[in-house]
Amino acid sequence: MSTPLLAVENLVLTFPGEGGRIAVVDKVSLAIGRGETLALVGESGCGKSLTALAIMRLLPKPGRIEASSRIEFDGRNLLELSVPEMRSIRGGAIGMIFQEPMTSLNPVTSVGQQVLEAVLLHEKVSRRAARERVIELFQMVGIPDARTRFGAYPHQLSGGLKQRVMIATAMAMRPRLLIADEPTTALDATIRAQILELLRQLSSTTGTAVLLITHDFGVVNEIADRVAVMYAGMIVEEGTRRDLLCQPRHPYAQGLLKSIPRPEARGGRLEEIKGVVPRPGRWPPACRFAPRCPSAFDRCGAELPHRTLVSPSQGAWCHLVEYEVHA
Amino acid sequence: MTMLSADALLEVRGLQTWFPIRSGVLRRVRGAVRAVDGVDLTVYPGETLALVGESGCGKTTVGRTLLRLVEATGGNIWFGGVNLARLSRDAFRPFRQKMQIVMQDPGAALDPRLTVRDAIAEGMDAFGLGANTEERTQRVADLMRRVSLDPELMWRYPHEFSGGQRQRISIARALAVEPVLLICDEATSALDVSIQAQILNLLGELKAERKLTYLFITHDLGVVRYFADRVAVMYLGRIVELGRTERVFAEPAHPYTKALLASIPSLDPARRGVKPMALGDVPSPIHPPSGCHFHPRCAQRLATCSRYDPPVVPLRDGMSRCVLTPDAGDNQPDRADITMAAASPKPYSAEVTAEQRP
Repeated sequence: MSTPLLAVENLVLTFPGEGGRIAVVDKVSLAIGRGETLALVGESGCGKSLTALAIMRLLPKPGRIEASSRIEFDGRNLLELSVPEMRSIRGGAIGMIFQEPMTSLNPVTSVGQQVLEAVLLHEKVSRRAARERVIELFQMVGIPDARTRFGAYPHQLSGGLKQRVMIATAMAMRPRLLIADEPTTALDATIRAQILELLRQLSSTTGTAVLLITHDFGVVNEIADRVAVMYAGMIVEEGTRRDLLCQPRHPYAQGLLKSIPRPEARGGRLEEIKGVVPRPGRWPPACRFAPRCPSAFDRCGAELPHRTLVSPSQGAWCHLVEYEVHA
Repeated sequence: MTMLSADALLEVRGLQTWFPIRSGVLRRVRGAVRAVDGVDLTVYPGETLALVGESGCGKTTVGRTLLRLVEATGGNIWFGGVNLARLSRDAFRPFRQKMQIVMQDPGAALDPRLTVRDAIAEGMDAFGLGANTEERTQRVADLMRRVSLDPELMWRYPHEFSGGQRQRISIARALAVEPVLLICDEATSALDVSIQAQILNLLGELKAERKLTYLFITHDLGVVRYFADRVAVMYLGRIVELGRTERVFAEPAHPYTKALLASIPSLDPARRGVKPMALGDVPSPIHPPSGCHFHPRCAQRLATCSRYDPPVVPLRDGMSRCVLTPDAGDNQPDRADITMAAASPKPYSAEVTAEQRP
C-alpha cells in the first residue's frame, strides 16, 4: 500500500478534569488514502469531532494533544509545524466544512467577499481574477445565479445555499483533504440529498480525499469508501462501507445498526443498546463497551482488546471477535 | 371530507394559524406568515398519525395550535364532539389535560428549577389529580419506574440527567395527567440513535398499555415508516398527501412525497445514490408560491400549477393534493379501512416485510 495522504497515529487528546487530565480521545489511529472518503462514525461525545479538530490543530483550550500523538499529512508531521505553516495548510491543502454554516460565515460581509478573501489569502492573483474564480466556484457547487449571489449576505441565503458557500470556500484551494463535520445534519431531507450528491460529485471530479464525521449510517452509505466506528474515545471497528453495513463484527457497531428504525421492524421492538454512554473520566478500565455489551465475558472487564483482523479490510477491537476469528 | 365521523378522536377542519409580520415604528401589520393554511386532519383513537415535513412547513405549529399554545386564526378543532376553537380558555382546560405534548429538547422543556418530582407532579397539581402530596409523590415514583428511571432520583434536577433520561422525564410528566392524545413533537430527533431506539420502544409499550393515541410530528422518515399507522405530509402550511404509511412509502401519490422519499439515504450498500428530486430551496412561508405551493420545485409541474390551487384528490386511504393524481370516480375514502388500520397495525406488518424482500 502506498503511503496514505493522512495518517493519524496514537492520537491522545486530554482535558483537565477531577484529579488530573482526562483522555477524551484515546490512542486513535486512522489513515486516509488519496481521493478516499473515510467516515468516522459514532454517537455524541465519542470524540469524533475532537479528532477532526485536532487534525486541524484547532482543538479548543484547555484541550491538549499529547506528545505520543502523530498526525502525518502528505509526509509532514502537522504537530511539528509552526503556527503560520499550519495556517497555510488550513484552508489550503486541507479544507473544512461544519454542521452549522451560519456560525462559520461572517454575517456582515457578503458571501462572495468572504470566499474572495480566502482565495486572496492563499493565491497571488488580482482581485478581478479572484472574483472570477469565486463565481466559478459558486457555479461548481451549484449556486444558482452565481454572479448575483456574490453580493448576497449570509442571512439572505437558505441553509442549503449557505452550506454550498461553505463548500465553495473549502474547495477554493483545491484541497487534497476535505474535513466535513456533520455537513448535512442541519439540512432538510430534500436539501441533504442535493448536498450529498454535490459532495460525491466533487470528490470524484477533483480527487479530494474526505474525512467525514457523522452519526448517520445513511450518509455513510452515500459517500464513504471506508468507515471507522468510535465509542468512548476509541475506534472499535473499521472496514469498508460494505463490511460495516453488511457484517459489522463489534457488538457496539452491530447494536448501532440494529437500533436504526427500519421498515422491516414495523410492529416489533427495535433492538436497543442498554444503558447510557459513559462520560469521559468514567470510562470502564478495560473494554469501554463491556458494561453495555450483551456478549461481554470476564476478560472484557479486565483487559483492553486489541485489533483483530476479520478480513484484510476489516478489523475489530473486541475479545469476542478475537476468539471467533482464532477459534 | 367535510363530514365529521363519529369514530374520530380529533377532527381538524380548515385550520389556519397565521403570524402577523409587523414592521416600522408603529409596528403595523405588514403581512402574515401563513404557517398553517387550511389543514384538514382526522385522528382516530389508538392510531399513530405522523405529521411529516421539512423545517418551516408548519407541522410544529399544527401541534401547538391544537394545544392552544398559539391561537388559531381560523378553522375548527373537534375533540370528542366539542369544537375546541370556540371554547374560552377556562372551558378548554379539561381538554388540555386530555392532550399532552412531548417536545424535542427535553433540556429546554423542563424547568431547571424544578426537581424531577415537581416537574412530573406539576400537571397533577394543576388539574387536581391525586388526593394529597404523598399520593402524588407515590404516583411520580410509579411513573418514574414505568419509564425506567430510578425513583430515588426524583429529588434531583433535570441537568443531572442525560438527554435520553430527560426525555423519559418529559414522557412521565405528560403521562401524569392521564392524557388520551400525546403529541410528540420531534420527540426523538435530538437523541442518539441507540437512545432513540429506547425511547421509541418505550412509546410503543406505553401506547399499547394505556391505549394512547399519538400525533407524531417529525422530519425523520425512517422513524415514521417504522412507527406510524398513517402519515400526513405537509408542505408550506398545507397537507399535500395523507394515507396509510405502507401505501405512502410504497406508492407515493404527490410529487413532493416522492421527492421526500427519494431523498432518504438507504442503508443497503448495493443501493447508493439518493436522487435529489426536489429542485432548489424551500420557499419562505411569508411569500408562498401561487397555486400549488410546491410548483417551483416540482419536476412534473404543468403550466396551470402556478395559477390554480391543486384539487384535493381523494384516495382509498386518504388524499393527495395534486392535479396529477388520478381521480378514480369510485375512489371514495374508505372509513372502515382507515379505522381498521388505526386500531390494529399488526396485520399490515407482515405485508410490509413481504414487500421489502428483494
